[in-house]
Amino acid sequence: MNVITLLSNLAMPVVIFFIIASGLMNNVNLFEAFTRGAKEGLKTAYNIAAPLVGLMVAIGMFRASGALDLIVHAISPVCNFLKIPPEIMPLALMRPISGSASLAIAKDILTTYGADSLIGKIASILMSSSETTFYTITVYFAAVSATNYRYSLKSSLLGDLVVVFASVAVCRILFS
Amino acid sequence: MINYIWAFLILVSIVVSAFTGRIDQVANAAIKSSNEAITMVLTLCGAMCLWSGLMKIAEEGNLVKVLSKLLYPVTKRLFREIPQKSQAMGYIVMNIVANILGMGNAATPLGIKAMEELDKLNGKSARASCAMCTFVVLNTASIQLIPANMIALRMQAGSSNPSEIIVPVWITSFITLISVLLCAKIHEKMDS
Repeated sequence: MNVITLLSNLAMPVVIFFIIASGLMNNVNLFEAFTRGAKEGLKTAYNIAAPLVGLMVAIGMFRASGALDLIVHAISPVCNFLKIPPEIMPLALMRPISGSASLAIAKDILTTYGADSLIGKIASILMSSSETTFYTITVYFAAVSATNYRYSLKSSLLGDLVVVFASVAVCRILFS
Repeated sequence: MINYIWAFLILVSIVVSAFTGRIDQVANAAIKSSNEAITMVLTLCGAMCLWSGLMKIAEEGNLVKVLSKLLYPVTKRLFREIPQKSQAMGYIVMNIVANILGMGNAATPLGIKAMEELDKLNGKSARASCAMCTFVVLNTASIQLIPANMIALRMQAGSSNPSEIIVPVWITSFITLISVLLCAKIHEKMDS
């Protein structure tokens, strides 16, 4: 466990070390290159601000409206049929929409059912094997001119569906 | 498309909240989310500058070139139309490395820069390029090697073996990753 924490903490400093060291060895004008890049970063941040406000407002409103609870309720018979524990459905539905909210739900599941219970394990695996799809799509496409995202949303949402089945299946096979 | 999704989310929220009695919460959420978005941009701003700056050094040194070569067997299949030596590919490669290492606050700025470069290659078209779609889809799947946050959370919750999820997470992530990439690639084939 300690080794894992150590490795994770080391990742960033080591990457920065290699970037600076390789720049130094290749006679890059280090500080000048850094500031030139950083200025570009500032411009990018400015560019994504407005689209991000628009989309995050829509997602925030959707979350607050309670539409998600209605969906959980509506699909619970399907979950039972597919042998997916209903306890993880709120997490599965929130995961693509909000990172902080899904983390709160995951925490809640771990304390309610226990981290080492089957539900707790499924929640842990589901949480770690997926990303906040809507956030990623919003932030990334905010930086480009394209307004037609083509098949990217569909493919990503397929992933959010697959990850639910896969985490339940993997958990059942490995842990029970 | 974004027009419809945007309108759908907002209109459905308002209609549903009228029935669930949460109309005031939805109104509050609209204001709160707009603040959150700006807070996020400001938070991201520092990381954006840091990683764009470091990336410039990595580009002008040899690091990006070396990493691009290492990842070439993967990237040439995923991003066929993007030249290996382009800036876009450099950012894509660094984004993938950051994601694998679990450096979320580096992966996002690098990914955004990658999208900007892909936008230039796409002639700033209103229609996303295949490379953009593949790249975004890749980033909505998890390729993190060590789920450090979740392990910490499990430890906090009193798990007797917090890190036992690592291998199951690899298997689950791999299954998910393969299915989303397959889906994207099949669409790509059908579109062309």
